[in-house]
Amino acid sequence: MRIIVSIKQVPDTTEVRVDPETNTLIREGVESIINPFDMYAIEEAVRLKEKHGAETIVITMGPPQAESALREALALGIDKAIHITDRAFAGSDTWATSYILAQAVKKIGEYDLIICGKQASDGDTAQVGPGMAAHLDLPQIAYVKKIEEISQEKKMIVAERLVEDGFETLKAPLPCLITVVKEINEPRLPSLRGKMRAKKAEIVKWNKDAIGVEEDKIGLRGSPTQVVKIFTPPQKKGGEIWQGEPEELGARLAKELKKYL
Amino acid sequence: MSTLRVIKEKCAGCGICVKVCPVSAITMVEKKAVINLDKCTLCGACISACKFDAIVREKEEKARRQDVSAYKGVWVFAEQREGKIAPVVYELLAKARQLADDLGTYVGAVFLGYNIKETAKELIWRGTDKVFLVEDEKLVNYVAESYSRTIIHLVNKYKPEIFLAGATSCGRSLVSRIAVKLYTGLTADCTGLDIDRERRILIQTRPAFGGNIMAQIISPDFRPQMATVRHKVMPEAKADRSRQGEIITEKVEKSLVESAVEFLRFVKEEGSGVNLAEADIIVSGGRGLGKPENFSLIRELAEVLGGAVGASRAAVDAGWIPYSHQVGQTGRTVCPKIYIACGISGQIQHLVGMQSSKIIVAINKDPDAPIFKVASYGLVGDLFKIIPVLIKNLKEAGIK
Repeated sequence: MRIIVSIKQVPDTTEVRVDPETNTLIREGVESIINPFDMYAIEEAVRLKEKHGAETIVITMGPPQAESALREALALGIDKAIHITDRAFAGSDTWATSYILAQAVKKIGEYDLIICGKQASDGDTAQVGPGMAAHLDLPQIAYVKKIEEISQEKKMIVAERLVEDGFETLKAPLPCLITVVKEINEPRLPSLRGKMRAKKAEIVKWNKDAIGVEEDKIGLRGSPTQVVKIFTPPQKKGGEIWQGEPEELGARLAKELKKYL
Repeated sequence: MSTLRVIKEKCAGCGICVKVCPVSAITMVEKKAVINLDKCTLCGACISACKFDAIVREKEEKARRQDVSAYKGVWVFAEQREGKIAPVVYELLAKARQLADDLGTYVGAVFLGYNIKETAKELIWRGTDKVFLVEDEKLVNYVAESYSRTIIHLVNKYKPEIFLAGATSCGRSLVSRIAVKLYTGLTADCTGLDIDRERRILIQTRPAFGGNIMAQIISPDFRPQMATVRHKVMPEAKADRSRQGEIITEKVEKSLVESAVEFLRFVKEEGSGVNLAEADIIVSGGRGLGKPENFSLIRELAEVLGGAVGASRAAVDAGWIPYSHQVGQTGRTVCPKIYIACGISGQIQHLVGMQSSKIIVAINKDPDAPIFKVASYGLVGDLFKIIPVLIKNLKEAGIK
């Protein structure tokens, strides 16, 4: 079995602060991390490898600094890393990004499963995973919380996907693309051996020519959407703070809530 | 190739761009901003932040242009489960009506399923002019492949200029596929939609970075302009049973509804009367509850208020409550009318998932808990003493 994990390097949003004077987001000095949801994708690939035997490949599209995310994935047990990087990719929206990633997947050739995190914590779109599936004409199962069964021989996967009011179970043929939620597993920490190996590992680099993209489908030029403005919403101001006896606070809150019910 | 450029004459050397750049691509050299284009992702954060308009994007013609004038109508994806229309659809219909009136066009609803014709009337009562109805046994449950192929067929046939879907687990995964196949723009999880009347285009506003920034996005040269819309942000369309509209029954080729993916079953989550995304009121519990049994207090309050039960990551990770209740960065983003956080300190990961709620109540015994910074009403005290009094008072007041 061959499993491809597609990840994104993101700024650690938990460190992002807003400058109260200029009301702009301060991202200087904010650490870059692997998108939190992608950690579950990596872990699931490594678990499938341990259980069924598989070759695992991690891919990412991003600027040169995204290499550190790939090394971290290697340290966690992924076998091979491919960095899809080219200045011409800058400014790609979800359409162009999923196209570029799909082209890279095509170049990899044979595979059984693609795993993505449900969404990235910076853009929060959840569009690139299903978008890749569409470019590749693959079946997709989004928001997977459990893989019930996967078999390379039978060429099929059965997975549970989380929906608003419960979960659905779907059966899809392989190759297939899934996006995963947190419930699917608990990611491990990198081992010392893994870290050592990742440090020395060679990372394959593919530019736009290597994956054979059409120039007018990538970057800002190939992206149907345009960002016209980015602004910081007015900061939520704290309201009233109530202190006192619990009986008094409980009664007062009941009174206040009734206004809105 | 597209690029960003600093207009040196305009750059005042204030350094704001250095601070806002998410990839550290900007440095100050001799008091002027210099962009390292090898690192730059062209996100545009610096352009918006610069007070002196000193950073510009070198404009480039879009690669592909469509005849946008051929596209008319504002469409809504009328999501259903077991024949019941998802509540977010009524929110979409109210918005679609407004956008269509601004553009002087009609509201369409795409309704896929089996034995749902009677229900289609509900869509008309809520503001739809034309329901595009496709009924097939194979469409009884949502499967991305068959749903997307069927909708692509309809879009190509009728050419709507705008296409909206709820930002649900079904809507989001479905339209991502459709937008790619149609080669058109899609904006996720919008909280604002407006028409630029002059250009007749859709202005889409959405939060990013967990709600820390807002982005306005357009897709001027591609049709339909597609967006998913967050729950509970827009008001619902009210039903008017006298309203008239058209139901267009579409027959589609078998090949469109066939799918290699098989829907095996749906299991409804037990014990949660209201789901988080659709709830007007959410009562959430965190580490301050101390032990799993204490969630019964949260459940009781939620029940009295007719709301749903949420939880912080700490409570979920401790195994006190299933993951499906988790609110926050690695859980769900919610936007209810009232959010009551009980024993939740308010880590940033939690705040990004609930800070757009209209009213936030926090009950916590630590007066320095960060949750109080976003709370409309912050109650400093013991939740085990306050909540029972609250429940008693609500019951006495005849709530529920």
